[in-house]
Amino acid sequence: MQARKQRMVFIGIVGAGLLVSLGFLYKALNENALYYQSPTQVVEGEMPLDRRVRIGGLVVEESIERIPGSMTIRFLVTDLANTIPVEYTGVLPDLFSEGHGVVTQGHIQEDGSFVADSVLAKHDETYMSPEVAESLAIGEAAR
Amino acid sequence: MIPELGHFALVLAIFLALYQAILPLAGAAWGRNDWMILARPAATAQFIFVAIAYVALTRAFLLDDFSLLYVAQNSNSELPVGYKFAAVWGGHEGSLLLWCLMLATWTLAVAWGSRGQPLAFSSRVIGVLGIVSVGVLLFTLLTSNPFDRLLPAAVDGVDLNPLLQDPAMVAHPPMLYIGYVGMAVPFAFAVAALLTGRLDRDWARWTRPWTIGAWVFLTGGIALGSWWAYYELGWGGWWFWDPVENASFMPWLMGTALIHSLAVTERRGIFKSWTVLLAIAAFSLSLLGTFLVRSGVLISVHAFASDPTRGLFILMLLLLISGGALVLYAFRASNLEAEGGFRLVSRETFLLANNLLLVIATFLILIGTLYPLFHDAMGAGNLSVGEPFFNAVFLIPMLPLAVLLGLGMHTVWQKMEPGALFARLRWIGAAALIAAIVYPLIVFGSTSVLTVIGVGAGIWVTLSSLIEPISRWFNSRAVRLTRAQWGMFLAHLGVGLFIVGASVTSAFNIETDRAVRIGDRWEVAGFEIEFRGMRTEEGPNYVAEVGEFDLRSNGELVASLRPEKRIYRVQTNPMTEARMDIGLFRDVFIALGEPLGDGAWSVRVQYKPMISFLWIGCIVMAFGGLLAATDQRYRRTVRQRVEPRTKVGVTAEQGSH
Repeated sequence: MQARKQRMVFIGIVGAGLLVSLGFLYKALNENALYYQSPTQVVEGEMPLDRRVRIGGLVVEESIERIPGSMTIRFLVTDLANTIPVEYTGVLPDLFSEGHGVVTQGHIQEDGSFVADSVLAKHDETYMSPEVAESLAIGEAAR
Repeated sequence: MIPELGHFALVLAIFLALYQAILPLAGAAWGRNDWMILARPAATAQFIFVAIAYVALTRAFLLDDFSLLYVAQNSNSELPVGYKFAAVWGGHEGSLLLWCLMLATWTLAVAWGSRGQPLAFSSRVIGVLGIVSVGVLLFTLLTSNPFDRLLPAAVDGVDLNPLLQDPAMVAHPPMLYIGYVGMAVPFAFAVAALLTGRLDRDWARWTRPWTIGAWVFLTGGIALGSWWAYYELGWGGWWFWDPVENASFMPWLMGTALIHSLAVTERRGIFKSWTVLLAIAAFSLSLLGTFLVRSGVLISVHAFASDPTRGLFILMLLLLISGGALVLYAFRASNLEAEGGFRLVSRETFLLANNLLLVIATFLILIGTLYPLFHDAMGAGNLSVGEPFFNAVFLIPMLPLAVLLGLGMHTVWQKMEPGALFARLRWIGAAALIAAIVYPLIVFGSTSVLTVIGVGAGIWVTLSSLIEPISRWFNSRAVRLTRAQWGMFLAHLGVGLFIVGASVTSAFNIETDRAVRIGDRWEVAGFEIEFRGMRTEEGPNYVAEVGEFDLRSNGELVASLRPEKRIYRVQTNPMTEARMDIGLFRDVFIALGEPLGDGAWSVRVQYKPMISFLWIGCIVMAFGGLLAATDQRYRRTVRQRVEPRTKVGVTAEQGSH
């Protein structure tokens, strides 16, 4: 009886420990989760402003604009239904160009624009990132 | 004609693999020696036909045969010959064929290296490898045939992805695949042992060199990939917790745990169930990794050309192979008996801790990698898990592991007096702690808690790996270390150097992006950098804009660096070729961004202290593994092995594993 009781206590402690660590794990996952948004979802205001998010779509033709003498660049990202302005300071990836897919990470501003802290371009010219494809599908549905 | 022969050879290889799977396993089950002895010839024949297919595909690349769809998609007549060899595995279909070739090569090596083992056992090992071969070959042929024709033939190919036109990229995939696929060998040994019902110390001794061998290649492959990302892809980053990086890293972690668990099984006859489970898990994670990369379910720089049917096929393969092994384990596990016990302070305890921590780290990384999939599948939205999560869940189990590693290396089997361990290591511990506090302050002028912990752990592991070899060196009467012991100390020294490099470079890396014009001078981390000019150069299949930069320290020229921006003629994307001045204690890295108008360029300069220690650590680790895998006791044949264990035991007791 004694041994059985001890075993129950042991299992209880291990189980409780496991539950607590799973709770922490879930919290850590959610805090580090970067939600993916298409421009339409950004315009609809689905995400709280204080969260870092990923947005993706196509870079609008002839929308790239540089601030002279600085590393800051502005461009428009579209899912063909909605378009949002993006601002980024830094070196751009090789495959970044107008008319092509792009994924950026950063924060949505109160005026609906987006300030990116990193810009990723798709991997090669024959392949569209699934994220960009999803954006276009969302845009398609919104039109 | 030749491609059809290659295709045909691949079909024949499947039948040979079937033969290699069924006959030896059936023979072992019914005690038919005449069936079992066919295992080796079947494995050899399978290898020959896979090799024929591979050579046929390589030939198509060398001869610019653009009537093959795969060649047309991944090569070009202007591609330099060296890269034509590498282009064979530059895409999905060819890299699967390479997978098959590697598996066939491992099978061949195991078939001929296992001649000293009982026939019923080695036949089962070869049979299990045959089952895996059938699965992968079928997958290649049914969903990803590299010999598909393109009619009418293309005039020229669309070229190999410029990112892959790089020397490190030539070596990275084969090396990684050898390691990845090599995890099939301990898996086959484990399943064969479950089938035989004989899971003893001999089994562990047979399995270990193969496991360590695969691990050495996996280590080298991951390090090469990381190095490639560092200078070619990542603008100076060396690890991104990209799902595909995780896919190769998880089998590595499991393989590391397996090597250590096998050590306990070999020396002490315990941890048997655990070792078998780790062997199954390591290979399952290799297959899962293949699934993640090939199915396109993950968003990743590596996830090229993906297709849902491929993913489904690999998932079925994974379920059949791993699920089958686990069911077998469930039936047979009760037969596995421990042959002895151990006390709290003993090498067994430390190795158990090593295993638990490595498994926890793997499990957490697995959760972080798969979480976006579940989240998306539940319709809760598309997300990705950021680097901070992985850094945290990896470092939390790894830092205690580093501390325990130093202790474990100096602990003997079964039991040890804690006082003796303390007396032995207290000065090293104190030295590591002082160095960890003082060194960042003196060299970099600042520090943080995390830096002290990281640097301290690294120096602790480094010193505790060095003390035994050094003290034996100065004591002429001491017994010489065996090759396996050298291997252990070296591999752990590599771990120590790696931790030091990773901690320092993460804490004190300086990164600057800047808009500059020709003639500009500026300072980064005490170096003066001058932008001297731009010119245009022609490469074999690209045109490059080359920047000329001088790097000076205290007015003296340190290096002239010429980073490039290349435009490949076929796939007209720009490619950044960064240049580095590599030193033992620091790298200076310059990459050209893009032209900003009126002569200005954006330029990224990075100062990376101690990053060389990271690569050196990996090389030392792999070299240590190489020594351990080629220890004399693995080269002994059955007949020579009858010498009593106790004789070797006394000296080997100290530090072999």
